[in-house]
Amino acid sequence: MLNVQIRKQFRSNGAQPFVLDVTASFAPGFTVLFGPSGAGKSTLLDCIAGLQQPDAGEIHLGDKLYFDAARNLSLPPQCRELAYVFQSLALFPHLSVEQNIRYGLGKLPVSEQIERAHNIATEFRIHNFLSRRPAELSGGEKQRVALARALVTRPRVLLLDEPLTGLDSVLRRSILEDLRAWNDANRIPILYVTHNREEVDAIGERVMTLVNGRVQESGTPLAVLDAPRSVELAHAAGFENVLPAIVVEHRPADGVMRVSLDHAACEIEIPLGDAAPGREVRVAIRAGDILVATELPHFLSARNILPGTIESVETRGAMVALCVKAGASFLVHVTPGAVRALDLSPGLLVWLVIKTHSCHLVR
Amino acid sequence: MNAEALFLSLRLAATVSILLLAIALPLAYGLAFSTWRGKFLVESVVALPLVLPPTVLGFYALVAMGPRGPLGKIWQSLFGHPLAFTFAGLVLASMLYSLPFAVQPLVASFESLDRRLLDASAVLGADRARTFWRVILPLAWPGVLTALVLSFAHTLGEFGVVLMVGGNLPGITRTVSIDIYDRVQALDYAAAHQTALLLLLISFVVLSIVYGVNRRVWSPWPAK
Repeated sequence: MLNVQIRKQFRSNGAQPFVLDVTASFAPGFTVLFGPSGAGKSTLLDCIAGLQQPDAGEIHLGDKLYFDAARNLSLPPQCRELAYVFQSLALFPHLSVEQNIRYGLGKLPVSEQIERAHNIATEFRIHNFLSRRPAELSGGEKQRVALARALVTRPRVLLLDEPLTGLDSVLRRSILEDLRAWNDANRIPILYVTHNREEVDAIGERVMTLVNGRVQESGTPLAVLDAPRSVELAHAAGFENVLPAIVVEHRPADGVMRVSLDHAACEIEIPLGDAAPGREVRVAIRAGDILVATELPHFLSARNILPGTIESVETRGAMVALCVKAGASFLVHVTPGAVRALDLSPGLLVWLVIKTHSCHLVR
Repeated sequence: MNAEALFLSLRLAATVSILLLAIALPLAYGLAFSTWRGKFLVESVVALPLVLPPTVLGFYALVAMGPRGPLGKIWQSLFGHPLAFTFAGLVLASMLYSLPFAVQPLVASFESLDRRLLDASAVLGADRARTFWRVILPLAWPGVLTALVLSFAHTLGEFGVVLMVGGNLPGITRTVSIDIYDRVQALDYAAAHQTALLLLLISFVVLSIVYGVNRRVWSPWPAK
């Protein structure tokens, strides 16, 4: 168990100083650190690794003390027996793949270094290019080498700072599989920083959200990310629509409450939450969770059906983003096929269909 | 051409550039990585020879090395002979004179290193010494080469400092630049030209090496 209780303040010009203030325990297995950029995720990892010093607090791994501000103790990074894969990977450009992997094994006899390096290289499927330099590798291969170099040292804590950014999802899944297999065999605390929802779902043991230097929530990915409780988090978790709203009335018998959106422009039903009537709140809705109909739909279980007008149609790769004015402005994602079939174009009258449970209360 | 003077100059330049590298490496490491607030003072002292007239530098070096100067006294008690007007004295003064030419390329190349590589080395269990030998030095080699070559070339061409602390003793302190000056004074332009041209060529070749290497600094390994 890795226990962290730290505080670090950063001076900034004029603006309010940024304060990282985290108290958390990390059990063996994956913990995903999720949050908007600038929330302090990388700083937290740097403090755990000993690359930055907190102003106050303590960090320990079981009975091994990493840092204690009160006793002015800080174990240097090279004595913390942890592994850290940086976002930039930081492979040594002047060393071969094998030399990179063996770098952290300097204290072992050469024969054991070679054996361990070759075993991990096989495990991470990079044994075919041990003699290459990092510059001669593809992105995915580099990421595998960085993971192998970190894990070959048999660390007691693993820190991963967006190690799979820039990879396509097939490659990402394959590396995540290898990482998961490794985790099953070596149960240590793994802190995994990512912005990517797909990675969260693939790893998904626990998620801890960090906003403005503070832990906001922790729990299962479903509980934390599908019901974001702050605007920053809603944006980071991929909710394109975060609309200001006022609670109109509670209907406990139906398990819902009615809110008026965007200064009483329209009303929708959302799941019953702990905000009293009259309270100002925000409602987060994913653009992909909204349906578009060109005629008023009947016989639907969805409770929110809003008439509106398409304001713009914008193709973004394999997806089309519609801006629909239905009282409030909604961003809606549909497929190019749907645009053709329904002949969606600016000025067209449409109905937006939103399930009650696709609407999330945000503070 | 005076082969003796040329040989002396080459010997002086080689000695100075190698000894200077040994001093400049730790100094540059401190200047590049220390977070000490008084660092700018050390930076100023290191850069001083860039702006001081060589005669001023030579004058103070001479005073310090003279029989009543602090350096001269220590030297006399250690080796039993004076320091001023000797090859050793010339080496010391030249090291001072060429210090910024060795330190600044090293600082620049250390500072341009990706800090995350040093972090990675530390997290992988390497102490500072191992990080220095295994990561910093191999990646900063163009800076090391530049430092060596520039201090070599700069020492080879120095005049004012040598004249002040070395005088003009054939085989001991008469370097090529002094020799050229002597020939011109004696109106022997042909001999002066021969030596001057040789010095010009050496300097050009040496600088070509520096710039040639630094052109490749950013891609010393196969392209990404």
